[in-house]
Amino acid sequence: MPAEAPHFWAVFWAKLPYFFSVLLGAAGTTIKVMLGALAVALTLGLVVALLKLARMQLLRAVANVYIEIMRGTPALTQLFIIYFGLSDLGVDIPPVPAAIIGLGMNGAAYVAEIYRAGILAIHEGQVEAALSLGMTPVDAMRFIILPQATRLMLPPLCNYAVSLLKDTSLASVVAAPEIMFFARQLVTETLLSMDIYLIVAVIYLAMSIPMGRLVAHLERARRAWQ
Amino acid sequence: MDPLLRIVDLHKRFGETEVLCGIDLEVPRTQKVAIIGPSGSGKTTLLRCINYLEKPSSGHIYIDGALIGEKQRNGAYVHLSDRELAKERAEIGFVFQRFNLFPHLTALANVAIAPRRVLGLGQQEAEARAREMLTKVGLAHKVDAFPERLSGGQQQRVAIARVLAMQPKLMLFDEATSALDPELIGEVLRVIRQLADEGRTMIMVTHEIQFASEVADRVIFMDGGRIVEEGPPDAVIRNPSQARTRAFLARMSER
Repeated sequence: MPAEAPHFWAVFWAKLPYFFSVLLGAAGTTIKVMLGALAVALTLGLVVALLKLARMQLLRAVANVYIEIMRGTPALTQLFIIYFGLSDLGVDIPPVPAAIIGLGMNGAAYVAEIYRAGILAIHEGQVEAALSLGMTPVDAMRFIILPQATRLMLPPLCNYAVSLLKDTSLASVVAAPEIMFFARQLVTETLLSMDIYLIVAVIYLAMSIPMGRLVAHLERARRAWQ
Repeated sequence: MDPLLRIVDLHKRFGETEVLCGIDLEVPRTQKVAIIGPSGSGKTTLLRCINYLEKPSSGHIYIDGALIGEKQRNGAYVHLSDRELAKERAEIGFVFQRFNLFPHLTALANVAIAPRRVLGLGQQEAEARAREMLTKVGLAHKVDAFPERLSGGQQQRVAIARVLAMQPKLMLFDEATSALDPELIGEVLRVIRQLADEGRTMIMVTHEIQFASEVADRVIFMDGGRIVEEGPPDAVIRNPSQARTRAFLARMSER
């Protein structure tokens, strides 16, 4: 349809500011879902990690079952269970909180493994040295283990945050008004799939690239003393 | 007066293996004890039991007459809480074979952190004490260096300063020079000798037989989880009465 091409581009250029304003507006929700899910994942993940490091076998088993379920099923399925499934049972959770809970619970399984690996990576001799100087196990965790482990955990946690940013697009299928949700509406409106989704890609990149830079920076910082 | 350290019928098992098979030992104040013996003889385990890094399977340890790691309640022995145990450990210095400095802290902070967090000294006071101890081990010029920038000998001297800053009643050295390159051993032994001359009570597990015979008042030869022979260095090292001691010393002198 070569004859229509000039018309197509005219529409695109005319609509470009509108697309951007709608999609950038939706980016606020994307960031809200990401930060919310990150907060849930970091907190719940710490609980799961401590359970997994617990002395009682039952507690370790609980953590293992949680991690298996969360990692062994698609995040999309989990999201549907929370949004549609619970709704059937009379528990109606609005889209954005549902997305935050779903992605956060899913992320907690990954974050727990990052915490656990970070804590276990600190040599046993560090704890022994701290204890032999008269620190309690809690002091040793606070002043010796966690400061070292945090630096080990930061790069993988940032990597997780970047992948979480992209996974927030799943929230569009439970009607959370984030970037992909509005993009699909704009496509229905204008049929300009390629253009709109390319704009979407650019917006995601504009958020994920700086986060990736941060990861690289943190990894360099870590090498400075280890 | 009670001896500073008293160990009564100490046993330690790891699963089926009995590593310590009934150790009895008394160490009076200001005595310097060297423990020698083949690897696997239980000497490191004995040292680690003294500050409860290893929990004894049975037997009791007293420092200054007070039980370590446990207390008596209604006639029964019960384990101390984490906080009570920490208080006891603060009085016993432990120098590790692999130094175990805290890599995220400078030399000064490594030495200052326990006085600050365990003894509750103020920041300035803790750092002043740390500086004094680092000066004592000859590292006044390295206060701001992180452990990875220090040689093995320097790291071990920081570790010794870290222990000294807690002003312990008893110092334990677990093969303090075994992880060091030969040319770095001398600087660490010089520091330990200096501490011995100050009249500190110390127990050293060591492979440096010559050093042990010069510095220690008393040498203990362990084998198979038992004390085989003990006495002044002149007796144990230069004129051992037991065949196992003679065989061990002969192997060591072949190195």
